[in-house]
Amino acid sequence: MSAVTRTQEEIAARVKALESMLIEQGVMTTQAIDRMVEIYENEVGPQLGAQVVVRAWTDPAFRARLVADASEACQELGISGLQGEDMVVVENTDTVHNIIVCTLCSCYPWPVLGLPPNWYKDPQYRAAITREPRKVLRESFGFTVPDEVEVRVWDSSSEMRYWVLPQRPAGTEGWSEEQLLALVTRDAMIGVGPVGAVA
Amino acid sequence: MNGVFDLAGTDGLGPVVVPDEEPVFRADWERAVFPMFAMCFRAGFFGVDQFRHGIELIDPAVYLKSPYYEHWIHTVEHFGEALGKLDIAELDRRTEHYLANPDAPLPEHADDPDLLAFVEAVVPAGAPAKRESDKVASFKVGDIVRVDRSAPKGHTRRARYVRGAVGEVVLHHGPMIYPDTAGNGLGENPEHVYTVRFSAEELWGAEHAEPNQSVYFDVWDPYLELVTEHTHRTEGAPA
Repeated sequence: MSAVTRTQEEIAARVKALESMLIEQGVMTTQAIDRMVEIYENEVGPQLGAQVVVRAWTDPAFRARLVADASEACQELGISGLQGEDMVVVENTDTVHNIIVCTLCSCYPWPVLGLPPNWYKDPQYRAAITREPRKVLRESFGFTVPDEVEVRVWDSSSEMRYWVLPQRPAGTEGWSEEQLLALVTRDAMIGVGPVGAVA
Repeated sequence: MNGVFDLAGTDGLGPVVVPDEEPVFRADWERAVFPMFAMCFRAGFFGVDQFRHGIELIDPAVYLKSPYYEHWIHTVEHFGEALGKLDIAELDRRTEHYLANPDAPLPEHADDPDLLAFVEAVVPAGAPAKRESDKVASFKVGDIVRVDRSAPKGHTRRARYVRGAVGEVVLHHGPMIYPDTAGNGLGENPEHVYTVRFSAEELWGAEHAEPNQSVYFDVWDPYLELVTEHTHRTEGAPA
């Protein structure tokens, strides 16, 4: 294992060795590992953030509470926890488009978006998004933000966790909650993509 | 410390590659690594700031080229060894064993109801970094500030691209654990946290910045020096 990169087999063996020692010390059990994985594979994910967004789109009083204190407002919907203890929602408007990143590591609002996609943690995104966000959005996400709209990049350098409240698309008046939920993508809440198209 | 993990503004790394679909975990070993953060935290290996610093200490070439969750193995090993909780020679022996016998079982062990209860509790409760403090905030929203240029050698969140840059305080979050001490094993020492807005021109130069762009970056009180204090002007008075 002297090469820069280990093979998947080498990493898997290293992890199993480490896991075996931590199990013997009582630090981990396979039961607790499986439960933690189950939570972030099946229970905590961007479907929760989408619920918050739709509630904000349809309930102006909730929207005001969400913008004032996102963690407190999310708690009304039973949404809270690790890596989102203190969240701030940043609103997109006709003149402002927001994007989140963590250039120093991989900070991300888990309670509303789940665990981050790999590209969010990759050096390429972290390097480029503060310097040429319009180019990254255009070339990697096929998403163009007009020059007259200000781009604000939120670099999550503290334990505050930022995420994006996208604009409700025109033409969705009278839509059901279910229809609206289908529009809210993870990428829209990161700020790298639009909400779904209104058919 | 100045290191490759401090990536903002690094050029030449190539495009952001976005697959159409991606599972939460790409390999089984990632499922075993992910819970190590919470469970080793519970066992006293590290706080979150130390956890990050353990990742910053990875060989820079390895850092840039290895899969994300491999970083977590390095920091668990780093603190496990430093605290005498992990014998690395034994870890190497077991690694060879599992490399030769990938299907060899993990040690038999009993379930631990307390550990399971910890998982169920910590996921929704989290581990807040806000703290009570009688420290007075040195800055307020509207102040124009500069990030000091110092380059500490241990853990810090003073990313290089904001050092020396001038911006405006736009949010004040109150006192939170100070990573420059907590991440270096020197205690929580809460300090006020602010969000500072920097224009892209300030960070990259007008010639190189994209149009109509800004960066919002969080800083702790000791990172800042005052440039111009915000004053509330009387309505109607000249700006």
